[in-house]
Amino acid sequence: MSDNVILSVKNLYKKFGKLEVLKGIDIDIKKGDVVAVIGPSGCGKSTFLRCLNRLETPTAGEILFEGNYIFKNERIYLKQRLKSFVLPKNADDATKTEYENLKAEYAALRKEEKAIEKYLQKHLDLHRQKIGMVFQQFNLFPHLTVLQNVTLAPIRLKKLSQEDAQAQAQRLLKLVGLEDKANVYPSTLSGGQKQRIAIVRALAMSPDVMLFDEPTSALDPEMVGEVLKVITDLAKDGMTMVVVTHEMGFAKEVANRVIFMSEGVIKEENEPKAFFANPKDERLKEFLSKVL
Amino acid sequence: MSSIQTFCEYFFTYGGYKDYLYGLSNTALIAVFGLLIGFVIGCLIATVKIFPTKNPFIVVLETIADGYVALFRGTPIVVQLLLLHFGLFPLLGIDLDAVVEAIIIFGLNSGAYMSEILRGGINAVDAGQMEAGRSLGFGFGETMLRIILPQAIKNILPTLGNEFIALLKETSVVSFIAVIDVTRSLQSIADSTYEYFVPYIVLAITYLVIVLVITYFIRIMERRLSKNER
Repeated sequence: MSDNVILSVKNLYKKFGKLEVLKGIDIDIKKGDVVAVIGPSGCGKSTFLRCLNRLETPTAGEILFEGNYIFKNERIYLKQRLKSFVLPKNADDATKTEYENLKAEYAALRKEEKAIEKYLQKHLDLHRQKIGMVFQQFNLFPHLTVLQNVTLAPIRLKKLSQEDAQAQAQRLLKLVGLEDKANVYPSTLSGGQKQRIAIVRALAMSPDVMLFDEPTSALDPEMVGEVLKVITDLAKDGMTMVVVTHEMGFAKEVANRVIFMSEGVIKEENEPKAFFANPKDERLKEFLSKVL
Repeated sequence: MSSIQTFCEYFFTYGGYKDYLYGLSNTALIAVFGLLIGFVIGCLIATVKIFPTKNPFIVVLETIADGYVALFRGTPIVVQLLLLHFGLFPLLGIDLDAVVEAIIIFGLNSGAYMSEILRGGINAVDAGQMEAGRSLGFGFGETMLRIILPQAIKNILPTLGNEFIALLKETSVVSFIAVIDVTRSLQSIADSTYEYFVPYIVLAITYLVIVLVITYFIRIMERRLSKNER
């Protein structure tokens, strides 16, 4: 695996009860990638994004973040094979060996994956510190001021001094044009301002990748621009990001890869020009004809 | 008029006020420390119940917590006082000051109610808050402590105030285990003087004043906590 792959997803499945939301997602996200994920609602875009930082625990597959497993469950397939393996009473040696091998393979894999899970119980939070996330509903902490919202994690988790954290927060707030809002509470802000603060809060942890879950969907139309501009600036600065969005303009202009998800799988992926000019998948053609 | 005179004479001249103040201090001790113990127990139980895991240890704890809540919410406080003071504590060889026993029992009782109040308060905080905390890299416990609980407590403050007031008034039954509280102190004045009306009026006013003072402080706290709603 090359060094500049930040997130590597293999054969990712997610079920909610009997409802299968993700049905085998494979993707490598490289450093500097700006991946726009589009698709009809209910197709699993958000679930996919939330699996990337384990807010949602997938059912099967692998996720590697910077070369470390943050999820691995492949044994589920072996288990299914084991279960369906009918060993006749008078089975010949070859079948018996096959069965034993399968059993041993499963045991080994189970051991490995349990070890990963155990490791993650302690270390997942450390990996999460490097994965920034921005939510559709902002999720700012209403009982803290803007400055406290932004500095809480750096002070507590990265052990930055109060002064350093505040200086960094002020610098970032200036970047999004909200330096004068440092000492107000989130409830006094507009949606666009809240979302920009939420982005700053994630940035304050200096993440290696940012996940955006429909960052502009809950905003008034006139506020969409200010938030998209911040995201665009970030992309230009080389931030790696995965953006679930309905903003086709953004996908076209800013992303370097566009992904179309439908029915739990990636139906099409391309660089934006070809993606929009020359879609191949039927479902994507239909989708684009409706949204463009 | 004479009944008031009788009361005043007994209260001031013959030292009835000493009993009254002693009883008042016991009432306050039991209510305040009972509330604190209840709050700690309530927090622990609420956290155990909300903890998202299938860990067998936590599941066992949850079952114990359920049993505890059922037991202490399902029986009257008087029964709990009698059962623990005359039954369980002697059986276990625990020999405590009756006031300390009362504090423990009221704490246990209040904890059962408090756990449900807190659980409701925590559940009422938007799930996105937990997600935001976790996505920044905070663990479950720290997200709970720094992000969820401050918001939950703000929401449940009026209910907590209610609980404190109810607890305070319930302490009036501690004389069942021979603790002299404010009720008992005035009761003995009434019994000694054969004048019932005045002592019990004084008793009622005592509780009323305490409750009004508590209400006032809760209002102030609420106002301070809601400063971010401007």
